[in-house]
Amino acid sequence: MSLWEYANPTKFMRLSGAVLPWVSALAAISIVSALYWGFFLTPEDFKQGSTVKIIFIHVPAAMIAINAWFMMLVTSLVWVIRRHHVSALAARASAPIGFVMTLIALITGAVWGQPMWGTWWAWDPRLTSFLILGLFYLGYMALWEAVENDDTAADLTSVLCLVGTVFAILSRYAVNFWNQGLHQGASVIRVDGVTGADTAEKVSNVYFYPLALSMLGFFLLFVALVLLRTRTEIRLRRMQALLARERVN
Amino acid sequence: MSNPNDTSNDLPRGGLRVENLTCTRGGVPVLRGVSFKLSPGVAVLLRGPNGVGKTTLLRTIAGLQPPLRGSIEMNGAIAWAGHADAIKGTLSVSENLRFWASVHGVGRRGISATLDHAIESFYLGDLTTRPAQSLSAGQKRRLGLARLCVTGAEIWALDEPTVSLDADSVTLFADAVRAHCAAGGSALIATHIDPGIEAATLDLQPYSTRGDLNDAPSGGDEDDDETPLGDDVFLSEGSL
Amino acid sequence: MISLLIRDLRIATRAGGGAGLGLAFFLMVVILVPLGVGPETQLLARIAPGILWVGALLACLLTLDRIFALDFEDGTLDALVCAPVPLSGVVLVKSIAHWLVTGLPLTLISPLLGVLLNLPAEGYLWLMASLLPGTLSLSVIGAFGAALTVGVRRGGLLLSLLVLPLYVPTLVFGAECASSLMNFKDPLAPFIFLIVITLGALAFLPMAGAAALRANLR
Repeated sequence: MSLWEYANPTKFMRLSGAVLPWVSALAAISIVSALYWGFFLTPEDFKQGSTVKIIFIHVPAAMIAINAWFMMLVTSLVWVIRRHHVSALAARASAPIGFVMTLIALITGAVWGQPMWGTWWAWDPRLTSFLILGLFYLGYMALWEAVENDDTAADLTSVLCLVGTVFAILSRYAVNFWNQGLHQGASVIRVDGVTGADTAEKVSNVYFYPLALSMLGFFLLFVALVLLRTRTEIRLRRMQALLARERVN
Repeated sequence: MSNPNDTSNDLPRGGLRVENLTCTRGGVPVLRGVSFKLSPGVAVLLRGPNGVGKTTLLRTIAGLQPPLRGSIEMNGAIAWAGHADAIKGTLSVSENLRFWASVHGVGRRGISATLDHAIESFYLGDLTTRPAQSLSAGQKRRLGLARLCVTGAEIWALDEPTVSLDADSVTLFADAVRAHCAAGGSALIATHIDPGIEAATLDLQPYSTRGDLNDAPSGGDEDDDETPLGDDVFLSEGSL
Repeated sequence: MISLLIRDLRIATRAGGGAGLGLAFFLMVVILVPLGVGPETQLLARIAPGILWVGALLACLLTLDRIFALDFEDGTLDALVCAPVPLSGVVLVKSIAHWLVTGLPLTLISPLLGVLLNLPAEGYLWLMASLLPGTLSLSVIGAFGAALTVGVRRGGLLLSLLVLPLYVPTLVFGAECASSLMNFKDPLAPFIFLIVITLGALAFLPMAGAAALRANLR
């Protein structure tokens, strides 16, 4: 029994069909409770007021936006090395999710930034890199759509994903080099930091627990969406294969 | 994938062996279990109705697409000539040939002899300085076939080489194939007309999938490769 | 390999080869920008390196689809795949040929256009120094994009969509390098990054491009 058995569409469909309702339910419960907790049961920030609460959407969305690309990278590699169709379809499935999460992160960021920095948009490194990440997603999805043969499309998008990853990281550094920005550093990871050097900036525990729950919820949501979309893609491919078969006979 | 330069097998130079080959076109298997052998000095005509997979088979053998299953072994280089002639309109006839000769590793010494031979074989002597875009369709085709002569490849894979050739040019082509075979080369030619070459014929049968839709891909097949064929992976019955 | 380079250059410089197209486009962009932003010499001088870099990038982008599309249509690519030359070498040679007919002439006339934009005297050296390797990396990255989209009908727009995000690091470091002296910064750091990107692209992208070509020819 190896993990690769689930690369078989039939096995994957069986397993994902069993898991999907549970993951979706858990995702819904954790996101709803995290947002309720975050929006109504936490105090307002002494500096940022109630605006701070957008963090419960902004940060998890940004996290998923990056993780979705990572998922694409891993599944693309699996396709390139082992040529499992499910893997290629999972890569295809996660791109739109990543793109939408990137958009959510950018929009909530703009809504948050307006009262804080007095502007909807600034050419800040983090914002700019997210915009560029969005462009990478767009190109990746467009290539999937444009190529007619699905296996060819899987090959081409995998190569693009591998090269794109390197260039996305390069862009991140380039943009950092280009402009040191307004955006605060990533303040979530340092929550339990032993060094209290910059305690003023770290997110206090009051916010951290609902935020962690929200991140978990978004992650489960991502898993559920990827499973759902991959199932749809598999059914689509099966339909095409059946139609092609019919034409041959 | 085949290894075109694998000389460890028992094939003579210019030989080609195809075993149990299955190819796809656009994800659909079109040929299954094709096996044949091509010896040096022999030309084989591929025949079969439109859509049977002649082009697909030739492209697979030429290494332009990977076979789904089966093996292709060859001893020697292969030259491919498809529907397009691989000719640049703004270059002259001799510039085109010179380019392909040097790409195929013909050294500076032998290049003019090689070019003369090719130009003579396809009766292009009066056209050498003309830009290829000013040639007629038939002349272009002749130039495209003359390209084969300068490659120095032992195995020719030709897809419909006689399209838009007149009767005299078909004779030229037949002579070129004969000369190629006499020099120890071999040729695999997909064609609908009889080019007048003493050649064996390989008839391709239309591929039918009727009835095996619900068969497990590994059921009863003599090769034990578990990988389902192309999109067949999506066709197994399941909880879809 | 060298014969491939010679052939590509010969085709590009013959009638209808479109060698001057990118150059003319570059000229147009640089002339149009002052018409758009106004004739203040102070402002133009400040944004000159950026305009020249973006103009070079667009001129390069405009000519990318010619790298493989014509060879794909007339069967040359099929024949090259069968020929005893490594396909990644073909991609490399073709991107260098593209650079020789677009990037290099563009770099050479950029000082002239710098004069039009009132670029300060200290800017010229680094402008050219950054454009020279920068346009080469634009050509190599672009050839990879062209290899990805060669089988796609009307792939021109898709090509731009794929290639533009990949151009970000080159553009950032290149423009930074060209303008750094005027901003009293050290141009050497971005220049080194630019060189690293160019060398990295030269080393790895032809392989990726060859893989993409193979997938497209299938």
